[in-house]
Amino acid sequence: MSTATLEPRVQSPRNYLNADYGWKSWLFTVDHKRIALLYMASITFFFVIGGFFAFLMRLHLIEPQGALVQPETYNKLFTLHGVIMIFFFLIPSIPAVLGNFLVPLMIGARDLAFPKLNLLSWYIYIVGGLFTLYSAIAGGVDTGWTFYTPYSSTYSNTQVTAVAVGVFITGFSSILTGLNFIVTIHKMRAPGLTWFRLPLFLWAIYATSIIMTLGTPVLAITIFLLALEHLFHVGIFSPQLGGDPLLFQHLFWFYSHPAVYIMILPAMGVVSEIIACFARKRIFGYKIVGFSSVAIAVLGFLVWGHHMFVTGQSVYAGLIFSFLSFLVAIPSAIKVFNWTSTLYKGSISYEAPMLYALGFIGLFTMGGLTGMFLASLATDVHLNGTYFIVAHFHYIMVGGAVMGYLGGLHFWWPKISGRKYPNGWAMLSAAIIFIGFNLTFFPQFILGYLGMPRRYAFYPAEFQVLNVMSSAGASILGIGYLIPLVYFIWSMRYGPVAEANPWGATGLEWQTPSPPPTENFAEIPVVTEEAYAYSAEEEASRA
Amino acid sequence: MPEPHAEHAEHIGLAHQFEDLSQQHDADTFGIWLFLVTEIMFFGGLFLGYAVLRWLYFAAFDGGSHVLDIRLGAINTVVLLGSSLTMALSVRSAQTGNRRALVLFLTLTMILGGVFLGIKAYEYHQKFAEHIVPTLDWAPEGEVLARLAPGGLNHAELYFFLYFAMTGLHALHMIIGMGLLFWLIRRARRGSFTPSYFAPVEVVGLYWHFVDIVWIFLFPLLYLIGGRY
Repeated sequence: MSTATLEPRVQSPRNYLNADYGWKSWLFTVDHKRIALLYMASITFFFVIGGFFAFLMRLHLIEPQGALVQPETYNKLFTLHGVIMIFFFLIPSIPAVLGNFLVPLMIGARDLAFPKLNLLSWYIYIVGGLFTLYSAIAGGVDTGWTFYTPYSSTYSNTQVTAVAVGVFITGFSSILTGLNFIVTIHKMRAPGLTWFRLPLFLWAIYATSIIMTLGTPVLAITIFLLALEHLFHVGIFSPQLGGDPLLFQHLFWFYSHPAVYIMILPAMGVVSEIIACFARKRIFGYKIVGFSSVAIAVLGFLVWGHHMFVTGQSVYAGLIFSFLSFLVAIPSAIKVFNWTSTLYKGSISYEAPMLYALGFIGLFTMGGLTGMFLASLATDVHLNGTYFIVAHFHYIMVGGAVMGYLGGLHFWWPKISGRKYPNGWAMLSAAIIFIGFNLTFFPQFILGYLGMPRRYAFYPAEFQVLNVMSSAGASILGIGYLIPLVYFIWSMRYGPVAEANPWGATGLEWQTPSPPPTENFAEIPVVTEEAYAYSAEEEASRA
Repeated sequence: MPEPHAEHAEHIGLAHQFEDLSQQHDADTFGIWLFLVTEIMFFGGLFLGYAVLRWLYFAAFDGGSHVLDIRLGAINTVVLLGSSLTMALSVRSAQTGNRRALVLFLTLTMILGGVFLGIKAYEYHQKFAEHIVPTLDWAPEGEVLARLAPGGLNHAELYFFLYFAMTGLHALHMIIGMGLLFWLIRRARRGSFTPSYFAPVEVVGLYWHFVDIVWIFLFPLLYLIGGRY
């Protein structure tokens, strides 16, 4: 009997997945790869919940007078959709899942610098998530994900405190993850792995970690003060006693604008890896792509005021914030142009990850360019608070960050699971997501331009056609997200076994077996060449 | 009594992800410095709120500051600076491998921290006695009322909200620090630290100094507003 159970394992060598099977080996693991999978399962759970709220909203907006819920419920739907998707899905998505899995592998280390802290970060995330789920069950919260005072601190009778505590707690998960990555990238690189030999994914994760460590504490203290105000009805944001509601917006956006870059920068890193691999070329302008990640992180801290152009902020401050916001376009455009230049004369093959990466470039460009409209003072007065903003940031966060996350999952799935997924289905789902996404959100640009405000449960009848288009697109998008969920789960058991380097990619993570052993490398590798030595490899194969 | 081999493993102190102790020490100290940066950003939001409201309502902050007991604040400053000295001596003792001195100085640090928290608790008690706790017990009277009234009672309430938020967060950090000290003392008594492995002492030490420095800013900002003598 014992031989019967042992037999299948003879074929697959010991790795981090089959090292142990008990539930304790997962809940008390300090292995960065297992913690990455814990995050993957939990953020997928929150994605489904957040997506369900979005589904209800789009269903409601099929009819001008609202088809489904009371206006109060609608307010709670968009609030919980925003809070869950931003704090519990997008921010941990690429950093906590792919970053956790890949950072030690890519730098040739056995684990992150602080493995126990890494596990603690996941538990902190879960506790924060439980508070948020509690708030959803106990009646919801209706302030919008921005929690603007004094509505949130004084007037809202919903579960503001519970959700504030949830976001506050989860913030520390983000802070500690960023801290772990920075220390690991500084101190744990394999011999010969200099800064300019790092894969661009790590430059992106490093820049992201800077934002996580410097920005998130400011959100934490802001949300902490907000919760105190809501509990005790006295505080520095409430105008009854002379507090300053705009102070809340300043502090909130000081984090929450850079938070957008927490979502998009790692996706940019993923795209750099995928483009280089499937164009079989060294990335064009490696250093400037790397530095543009850092530039985005730094500039990102100086533009928060563009969320406050119409709040009575000084015109001169508005001018400076507008100028700085335009500056962010430069490093962003550098990335897009350099990816395009990498594709030029590359030996391009269209596998599933590549489709997601190309989809990212197109959607991110749309999102970025429409951001320019909003960075201009005059046009922002017209577009602020409309569906134009909703469409813009969904192009960045969903079209950009989620496409990047899915692209990364498809690229590294053979490494993570040791299995291959059905490529045809994966390419189909990429196409469905691209079409469904554009159908959902492009009409919202037009709606916003025509003046439909966001966060309303009703709208004039003349907007119905565009709203129905958007809702139809959302259902296509939902199917597009469901397909990968099905075939990824299917492939874990039935997928063909993946070899160590199925894409013929460079990078240390591909030099260890799939899935990697618990200690990552039998022997710590020594690095002797740049990150994307694709052309050298081609030449060697030709010779 | 721990098992001999367990103590040996503890004694080496090298975690599996590191190649050697010096890499581990570098990572540990870099990690805590980075953590302290995040703490600066954390307190920074609160200090910004303080700066804005003090700029708007200076008279109220001046009045509120004069209600605080400057002697207790000053004594606490001296106590906390003393605890930073004993903390620094703890790190020194760990570096030289003097176990007895290490335990002694860590214990002294903890006692001084306890004295600080005791005095702070007494000050909080005073605020309740004077009815100047925002929302929970806000009904200043007599001499206190006379001091607070010129700046406006609403704005004085904001000052005391900030007083409790800032000193409360600081005290919370002190309590966490006390817990860390307790953990260090237990490990030090077991002889876990050697001249080549003392990073936990150094890390907690840096944290303790940071909490001390926060108070160095809080004391003048809260207690020493306006002319007194």
